[in-house]
Amino acid sequence: MSDIILDVKHLVVTFDTYQGSVQAVRDVSFHVNRKETVGIVGESGCGKSVTIRTVMGLNPRSSGSVRGGQALFDGQDVLQLPEKEIRKLLGNRMSMIFQDPFTFLNPTMQVGRQITETYLRHHAVSRREAEEKALSILRLISLPNPEQNMKRYPHQLSGGMRQRIMIAMALICEPAVLFADEPTTALDVTIQAQIIDLMNSLKEKTETAIVLITHDMGVVANMVDRLYVMYAGKIVEQGDADAMFHRPRHPYTWGLLDSVPRLDERTKEELHSIPGMPPDLIAPPEGCPFAARCRYAMNLCVRRAPDTIPLREEGHAAACWLCHPEYVRQYGETTREGRPNVK
Amino acid sequence: MENDRSAVSFRPDDFERLPPPSAVDAAIVRQQTTYWKDVWRTFRKNRTALISLLVITLLILMVIFGPMLNEFDYRTNDYSAINQPPNAVHWFGTDNMGRDIWTRVWEGGRISLLIAVLATLIPEVIGMLIGGVSGYFGGWLDTLIMRLIDVLMGIPSLIYMILLMLVFGSGSVMTLIIAISLTGWMGAARATRGLVLQIKARDFVTASETLGAPAWWIIVKRLIPNTLGIRVVGITMSIPSVIFYEAFLSYIGLGVTPPTPSWGQLIKAAGENFRYYPYQFIIPCVMVGITMLCFNLVGDGLRDALDPKLRG
Amino acid sequence: MGKYLLNKVLIAIATVFVLATATFFLMKLIPGDPFASLKTKAAVQEKQREYYGLDQPVAAQYVRYLGNLLRGDLGWSLKKAGRSVVDIIREGFPVSARLGLTSLFFSVLTGLLFGILCAQFRNRWPDYLLMLVAVLGIALPSMVLGPLMRYFFGVRLKWLPVVGWGTPDKMIMPAIVLGLGTVAGETRAMRASMLGVMTQDYITTARAKGLNRAQVVLRHEVKNSLVPIVTGLGPGIAGIMMGSFVVESMFLIPGLGRYFVDSITNLDYPLIMGLTIFYGAFLVTMNLLVDVVYGLLDPRIRESGRKKVK
Repeated sequence: MSDIILDVKHLVVTFDTYQGSVQAVRDVSFHVNRKETVGIVGESGCGKSVTIRTVMGLNPRSSGSVRGGQALFDGQDVLQLPEKEIRKLLGNRMSMIFQDPFTFLNPTMQVGRQITETYLRHHAVSRREAEEKALSILRLISLPNPEQNMKRYPHQLSGGMRQRIMIAMALICEPAVLFADEPTTALDVTIQAQIIDLMNSLKEKTETAIVLITHDMGVVANMVDRLYVMYAGKIVEQGDADAMFHRPRHPYTWGLLDSVPRLDERTKEELHSIPGMPPDLIAPPEGCPFAARCRYAMNLCVRRAPDTIPLREEGHAAACWLCHPEYVRQYGETTREGRPNVK
Repeated sequence: MENDRSAVSFRPDDFERLPPPSAVDAAIVRQQTTYWKDVWRTFRKNRTALISLLVITLLILMVIFGPMLNEFDYRTNDYSAINQPPNAVHWFGTDNMGRDIWTRVWEGGRISLLIAVLATLIPEVIGMLIGGVSGYFGGWLDTLIMRLIDVLMGIPSLIYMILLMLVFGSGSVMTLIIAISLTGWMGAARATRGLVLQIKARDFVTASETLGAPAWWIIVKRLIPNTLGIRVVGITMSIPSVIFYEAFLSYIGLGVTPPTPSWGQLIKAAGENFRYYPYQFIIPCVMVGITMLCFNLVGDGLRDALDPKLRG
Repeated sequence: MGKYLLNKVLIAIATVFVLATATFFLMKLIPGDPFASLKTKAAVQEKQREYYGLDQPVAAQYVRYLGNLLRGDLGWSLKKAGRSVVDIIREGFPVSARLGLTSLFFSVLTGLLFGILCAQFRNRWPDYLLMLVAVLGIALPSMVLGPLMRYFFGVRLKWLPVVGWGTPDKMIMPAIVLGLGTVAGETRAMRASMLGVMTQDYITTARAKGLNRAQVVLRHEVKNSLVPIVTGLGPGIAGIMMGSFVVESMFLIPGLGRYFVDSITNLDYPLIMGLTIFYGAFLVTMNLLVDVVYGLLDPRIRESGRKKVK
């Protein structure tokens, strides 16, 4: 049995709009190992949600179309599977929790039924047994008063409880992969911490691999084993959590890290935001998509997009000319700490 | 991969830094298509709605110029030529008093459409103002107005209309317009209030308030124009219902008085003799049908075009 | 739910009160007191005088009139000598109710079914075909559709009786004429509502559970789409009532709608007044029922007492 549960290769997704085709995902490759936690980080609109929804087959059929690539789930390309077969996997072997527990739960259905629904769909059991199973999951994720709360409607529960219901819904079939699309963004800060703690504890308690999608480096810190940074429909840097947080090499990753508030920051450095806006993906720039916002951009960056360049650590790679051996030979390695001070 | 990279041929100036990005340069944003342009583009793609709009235009032209195209007028009886089927002289035939139906249909359409447009716009304006005031000021005034509207909306509008027509005395176009207007403003007021509540909190309103703009100015210049877009659908949809009300009131004997024609009046008069002179009945029916249909389809098209969620 | 209901009931009572008051004073505005016309028979005049207390000042008449209403006494007809409005309602209303309910039941069911099909087959031929039916329903108001159907199915094809009441076959045409507008309205409303629900986030959740299309549609889409549709039932009932004025006169059905139209033609003011209040109170009650169903369907309304759109 291979260690890789999900292997996405060279995925290309475009959306047709009135203004033209939006190239939302441009040649994205990533993989997820069994029981591993992987983060995909990037600004909104960078294509991270589209990527995941494509793998799940959840994009609106009319507008989004896969133009190339594979998504091997357990060795099987889910992009080629007939819809009926994908449905057998969804909620069962791979499942998803969404950003906003306010809008992603059915307002007119008791939450208990929304949870058991997943289980009943994929297992030939009685409603009674499904309810037992739901209760055990709710206890696992420590929802208070699970029996009573299962009878409630979404609007009667707090945001944190609703997000727990979503997690229970996604976990009840003990899937191999759980996608979590910005699971904390819509929640209050204190609740965010609870949900992060919960997901951390789930890593130990379950066999499920977690793919965490977020725009917030702070959320993935201390949680993921590996990290992908996505920008303008491409993966710009990837690597182990250790390498990514301590020796990041892509200026965009630096920018993301700079924009996380830190309590232990000794220097009185101000909190940064990355200036400018992501490029228009209807007509993406010829060169590096980040060049227009990058303080280290060179002539070369505008002329030609960099390839993904493997770095010293195993699995660490970045798509940036600053990492190119030729640049490194002439100017030496540029690191987050050692970067030239340009204002 | 390895080969690809070595194939890169560097130019001498390749590693020269570019000037640091300024926020302005960095924002390479495609020129956004404007809201109304986008609406029009979606609307235009909807062929049914576009054809309906053309038909409505044609109808309006015909009710204005139609009666001028032959020598007859709508009220002169000609007992030598009663109940004639359509022919070269009387293009739509004549009715039981020998009046030319072509002229009467267009003349009647003029009345029906006039009633429809005025009895739609007048309550809309009244409703917008009341709703705007209610939503903008809020508090007890809002509560009072909304309660009043709750109560008034509970009364079936038709009952209202019948009562008003009885009191005003049926017959004139003006009374019809007033009666229908008095029953129609509540919906517009409620909708406008809802929209105003949404818009009120936005920055551009706060900006106007900070600059010391008076309340009426903010309501009329800032809030109402921003609700118009969404209300357009409601306005379009209410025209056919007014046409229906007119026909209905004529049917139960509370419409405009003969010999003034209206489509409702023509339908009622001809319905009794439908078996013998079907053309007298069918022609005004077709007019009413087409008008109600086209306004509805245009309204549908507008709604689809205005609601980005349903696009695509 | 309690607070929500109480609120609705209070508004309903206020509505009926405002209607009764408005009716009274509007009638008083009609030039020449319609209740005291000398053209009517002496016995009828006497009854009017007694009912309204016509020799007293208007304020006293108003109080007396309200008292009568509270006792369920709606007054006496001018033209149908010796008959009370309540009598006439007792006779005509069951007929109208039978016709109206039959028509409403079938047209709402048909409309909902059509709407679901339209939304599921959006922009494909079933959608176009059913929307065409809906569109015809709009373009053919009852005073147009009625004569057409009578001519084709009654006179030409002789399938159904042209007019009359009493046997089931006599009810088919009036029920269709009465209901077509509701079919059209419900089809369009259900289609729109469902298309709206289909883009909601929780439908994505349902799909992410691996539910098949039928499960997504039946469990998640239909019920949530029904919520706004229920509010459309109020106007639907009003529409059927309004249609009954035309249809009952046209098909010579001895229902309340026909009496109402007759009373307008005859200027039988007390009857108009009584029936107006009856119709008003009836519709207000119906709307109240609709609100209760609305509250039962959407658990959010039960507690907050308000409509929340999210």
